[in-house]
Amino acid sequence: MTIREYQLVLADGEVFEGEGIGAELGTNEFAAGEVVFNTVLSGYQEVITDPSYAGQIITFTYPHIGNYGVNAADDESSRPFCRGVIIRDLARRQSSWRSEEHLDDFLRRHGLAGIAGADTRRLTRHIRDSGAMPGAFGPADHETLLAAAQAEAGTAGVDLVGLVTTKHAYTVGNGPRKIVAYDFGVKTTMLRYLGELGTVTVVPAHTTADEVMAMNPDGVFLSNGPGDPEQAGPIVDELPKMLGKVPIFGICLGHQVLSLALGGTTYKMKFGHHGGNVPVRDSRTGKVEITAQNHNFAVEAGSVPNVTETHVCLNDDALEGLVHNDYPAFSVQYHPEAGPGPHDSTYLFEEFAELMDRFDGKAA
Amino acid sequence: MPKRTDIQSILIIGSGPIVIGQACEFDYSGTQACRVLKEEGYRVILANSNPATIMTDPSFADATYVEPLDLSILEKIIEKEQPDAVLPTLGGQTGLNLAMELAEAGVLDKHGVDLIGADAEAIETAEDREKFKVAMTEIGLDCARSSIAHTMDEAMTAIEEVGLPVIIRPAYILGGRGTGIAETMEEYGRMAKYGLDASPISEILIEESIKGWKEYELEVMRDRADNCVIICSIENLDPMGVHTGDSITVAPAQTLTDVEYQKMRDGSFACIRRVGVETGGSNVQWAVDPKTGRQIVIEMNPRVSRSSALASKATGFPIAKIAAKLAIGYTLDEIPNDITEKTPASFEPSIDYVVTKIPRWAFEKFPGTSGVLGTSMQSVGEVMAIGRTFPESMQKALRSLEQGRYGLNADPGEQALDDIPTEELMKMAAIGTPDRPFQLEALLRRGVSIDEVFEATAVDPWFLDQMSMITEERAHLETLSLDTITKRGWKRAKQLGFSDPQLAYLWGTTEVEVRAARLAAGVVTTFKTVDTCAAEFEATTPYHYSTYEDTDEVRDGEREKVIILGSGPNRIGQGIEFDYCCVHASFSLRDAGYETIMVNCNPETVSTDYDTSDRLYFEPLTYEDVMDIIEREQPKGVIVSLGGQTPLKLADQLPKDLVLGTSPESIDLAEDREQWNALCARLEIPQPAGGTAVDIDQALEITGKIGYPALVRPSYVLGGRAMEIVYDDDHLRRAMAELAGFGSLGKEGGLSAERPVLVDRFLEDATEVDVDALRDHTGDSVIGAVMEHVEEAGVHSGDSACSIPPTSLAADTIAVIEEYTLQIAEALEVKGLINVQYAVKGNQVFVIEANPRASRTVPFVAKATGVPLAKVASRIMVGATLAELRDEGLMCERVEGDHVAIKEAVLPFNRFPEADAVLGPEMRSTGEVMGIDLTAGLAFVKSQLAAGLRLPTDGMVFLSLADRDKDVGIEAARIFTDLGFTLAATSGTAAAIRAAGVNVAVEVAKIGDHEGENAVDLIERGDVKLVVNSPRGRGPRADGDHIRSAAGLESVPLLTTGKAALAAAKGLRDWKAHRLAVRSLQEYHAGVGTDALVASGSDA
Repeated sequence: MTIREYQLVLADGEVFEGEGIGAELGTNEFAAGEVVFNTVLSGYQEVITDPSYAGQIITFTYPHIGNYGVNAADDESSRPFCRGVIIRDLARRQSSWRSEEHLDDFLRRHGLAGIAGADTRRLTRHIRDSGAMPGAFGPADHETLLAAAQAEAGTAGVDLVGLVTTKHAYTVGNGPRKIVAYDFGVKTTMLRYLGELGTVTVVPAHTTADEVMAMNPDGVFLSNGPGDPEQAGPIVDELPKMLGKVPIFGICLGHQVLSLALGGTTYKMKFGHHGGNVPVRDSRTGKVEITAQNHNFAVEAGSVPNVTETHVCLNDDALEGLVHNDYPAFSVQYHPEAGPGPHDSTYLFEEFAELMDRFDGKAA
Repeated sequence: MPKRTDIQSILIIGSGPIVIGQACEFDYSGTQACRVLKEEGYRVILANSNPATIMTDPSFADATYVEPLDLSILEKIIEKEQPDAVLPTLGGQTGLNLAMELAEAGVLDKHGVDLIGADAEAIETAEDREKFKVAMTEIGLDCARSSIAHTMDEAMTAIEEVGLPVIIRPAYILGGRGTGIAETMEEYGRMAKYGLDASPISEILIEESIKGWKEYELEVMRDRADNCVIICSIENLDPMGVHTGDSITVAPAQTLTDVEYQKMRDGSFACIRRVGVETGGSNVQWAVDPKTGRQIVIEMNPRVSRSSALASKATGFPIAKIAAKLAIGYTLDEIPNDITEKTPASFEPSIDYVVTKIPRWAFEKFPGTSGVLGTSMQSVGEVMAIGRTFPESMQKALRSLEQGRYGLNADPGEQALDDIPTEELMKMAAIGTPDRPFQLEALLRRGVSIDEVFEATAVDPWFLDQMSMITEERAHLETLSLDTITKRGWKRAKQLGFSDPQLAYLWGTTEVEVRAARLAAGVVTTFKTVDTCAAEFEATTPYHYSTYEDTDEVRDGEREKVIILGSGPNRIGQGIEFDYCCVHASFSLRDAGYETIMVNCNPETVSTDYDTSDRLYFEPLTYEDVMDIIEREQPKGVIVSLGGQTPLKLADQLPKDLVLGTSPESIDLAEDREQWNALCARLEIPQPAGGTAVDIDQALEITGKIGYPALVRPSYVLGGRAMEIVYDDDHLRRAMAELAGFGSLGKEGGLSAERPVLVDRFLEDATEVDVDALRDHTGDSVIGAVMEHVEEAGVHSGDSACSIPPTSLAADTIAVIEEYTLQIAEALEVKGLINVQYAVKGNQVFVIEANPRASRTVPFVAKATGVPLAKVASRIMVGATLAELRDEGLMCERVEGDHVAIKEAVLPFNRFPEADAVLGPEMRSTGEVMGIDLTAGLAFVKSQLAAGLRLPTDGMVFLSLADRDKDVGIEAARIFTDLGFTLAATSGTAAAIRAAGVNVAVEVAKIGDHEGENAVDLIERGDVKLVVNSPRGRGPRADGDHIRSAAGLESVPLLTTGKAALAAAKGLRDWKAHRLAVRSLQEYHAGVGTDALVASGSDA
């Protein structure tokens, strides 16, 4: 097999060398997107298939990727929405009783290109110091790649949700309650947890409050999703119509749109939180949870009126969760469903169930 | 939660001597604990019998008790110190067991002492296998099918339920001693009996064998608020069946999907919560069926362990330090992460490199052992290496072992496998041995498929494929040469971990050529940082490893730099003592304003703690790796003389002007026989007659002149490797033949023209003396201590007990010895430490050898006399004078006169039941203890107790002595009878004792005689309380062998030299008159005064 020599060029001109993996790129082709890094040690498949990475190129900081192959059960969505992957070393041979496919075959099957052999630690340090930024990689020459990187819009101000949300409503789960879940790029594991709580109708991102309320749900769930919450579509305007009328639980992008709807502000972080080891304190109990996180935008602490800030990130004091003081609504920035990541925060789904069961149709 | 203020003083129990399964990782954890608790303002009381440890340096605790780790002694310490709490979870299994004994004996309750970290119930739940299994089943964790037995009858019932094959594990043992896998009923019967005997509570677990499954460990921490985190996951390359301490292990786990990993994580948290370890670190071991993914919890250690030390070094997360903080009440989120300084300790480290740990064994020292790895730990040390990928990390680890291997084959060592047929090689690789990695690579190189190798060995295909990348690269490299390799090619080879010597081997050139060409091609090492967070946050702690990537992360400091080369993996003859010296040098030079840079590859040590030095390089100690660091750092100098032979061997190759302290020429001069003889002749210092030989003819010529017995030893080795006393020509031939063979010895200094063998007249019955001394560049010098060995010359100094001050040497003899030592130091122009060994026969002093470097006894001398030799030596090496250091207060006067300190060796014969438990010129002890008291007798009793030999106070003493031992033996026998013991002896010994007018109650027959009772019968019946059996030179030794192994099996105290028997007798006499009082080193160093002996009263 001949080595496909690739370059990764960042918008600021920084160059990384490596070789092509996954889907073939033609001589003048490239993959472009916002370059972010993720620090998980296991769970590359879940990360790659997480729709929240739409528009982004994922750098894995752990050098060996592909060790245990890929299997259908661990997919977080029907296909990867990220623009590419950057890794240090692609396992040549996978080993796991669960493996159904080699990672490289999986990437090819989904038309996703990647670059391997790059000094991912240098890249990570660069992003850490300079911030997440657009980049492009492929066999194309340096000028082409640099131009592509600089032309790349990034994720701020871009509607990525429209790309990943479901076109039609569908139902999952068979729990006793009726839940409507907004799909801004929902992960399968999230729906698995919700499905145990209720029968979940997954609806497209542009679904109106009237349409949702017409389904007479016990609770409304706001999913994770890619990019800038201010570009998440009409949901921010629709949410106020539901607040107080139905219990609401938001995760990640869902947390951000809920905060916006409540009058808070969001901002783009330097390089975000992407990993499975982020400590968050629940200020109600003082307990620390190790959380899975994946976000480049965050809600400004103190910006959301009339809420109690319940969770805080211990690494950088970022706001990680809140509960509304009057409405039955709460949200967290991180991923209690994990997939990949620790299970420390699954209690939040139980809290959602209790909230739904407690709610008597009137705001507190 | 803030720290506890209801306690003011805390007793830390250390782990005692280094033994297999419990090594210097507990010095690392204990040292961290002492530092933390002192910083937090607690009064720290430390009990540890091991003088070689860093934690027993008097500055680490308020009261340091180098006393036997025995219930009776600890009770005295508690009575005296009245601590508020005991921290039992940082001193290994020994610390934990003692804490349990203290609790069970009611000592803790009586004195109102809290157990912090883990309480007695938690410890019991984790340690008692039956309780553990019940507890795990209760919380829904899967365990292997098993049954418990306390008797052979129960064992026979149990096997019907569990079914063969089974694994047998005795309860309450450390390092897995006595455990094994039985596949047949015959094996089962034998092993069940051995296991029942080995367990102190006569209990064994019989368990479904999961041999061949994948093995994992998770390191868990928990705080008082019930926050739990995983610090590190570890995957074993060797499948289940090889003790984890003997396995090649890799961090992080490589072949678990996140779903499986999180399940294991959840299970580990459930486990620590159910067991009830309130705060601190624990490790949970798991087995995973590779076919179904079924996860079984194997065991958990409710304490900081060997794996915790590895996990700390692998991730940069200081488990022991944090565990100590958690024990006093902090929660994880209240403790900052030292490395990032900004983020808290309540997180899970992420790493962006691969860590490989490989154990090091010492089978060559124990003839008769099989060398097969099993469920009982046998390794004596380990190395760890960090690389960006597994192939790089594994190759670095293999060359770190210092066993003459350059990496994963591609070196002369690989040829040993060349003639082995593939089928046979496959069978060999199926069994865990130290050679397995090389066998696996050889199989892959022969084109055997990964699937076939996996089928035969159960080594995971991912690991095998990674190894085959090395194999394929090697094949590619063989088509290239120095001239044809491209820059990209260089980089790829280096990224796969190929060392310069491997490339030199493949290309038929020299390492120096390869290095020059590589540097000319612009392929240089880049150093990356261990930062706990995979570069997500900026790291402030400079903990580095080498790799070949785009950029280097080392930040230059501003002060003058000194590199200290550590001692590599622990092995017999080179262990913690040298780590002590390196760490002390680092502390001392840091205090003096230097930037200290440590290089070492041993994860168990304090030296590889990232805050011991200003900078740490976790790297192999080879020429290539050390030179890369030197070129990067441009230091003022490099210290090579504090880490034992490992760095010393490099001295010649390093740039001369960088070697600090005694010059490489002087080091050579002391090793080179001709020059050394000339020096002794010039100084008129007598030596035993002898010469050097490169072959058997030359050796025979020498013995023709000097006669027998003769001592034969290779030059440039430590620990008396392959040293032998020969009694005739045949014996000499055998010894020389062994030295000529290839093997670890060949590399360590076997027979060659450059490194000839030394043949000397062996002085029988001489007293051996060791001296440590210091000299500075102005010629000022001082004696550290003169140590008299208890055992006679011929027993390796490392295996012999020795005493400060000397107990039997005349004052004028000591004066002569001191005078010779200073003369030799002067002649060698020593700058730093020198150790000189002497043999004293009658009143004549002979010099045996001199080593211008730190010796094994340096920490013992420091503890006994209060003089910090290593700290002083390191300052001398960078130019300070003794006078300046005296003014500064670093160099102080020896404290002597009031007390006696005796160092005793601890031997691993219980691990190697096949080997004969007799002392000889080859060192075999793994560790040491110190007994310190006001008389030599009391110090000896303590040293024996500390070494695990509880001398009896009454009953029968059995004696069987070699002729040369009869005089001292009779003296000992007389004292024993005076003390009320009865005597038994073999006929010859009995006759000699009776002739001296001492009564022998029982005379036994020779073993094999059908008439009458023999010694083994007597011992097996439990009549004998102490066995004294000294081997008769090289004569027929069958009887002695049987007697010694019977004593071992029945756990009867055994002494194998007449002198040790005499020391024991005198000790018992002193003990009868005086109490074994406990005093801290701080008290001894302040001067105890002889009145204390009277004041201490009597135990009797």
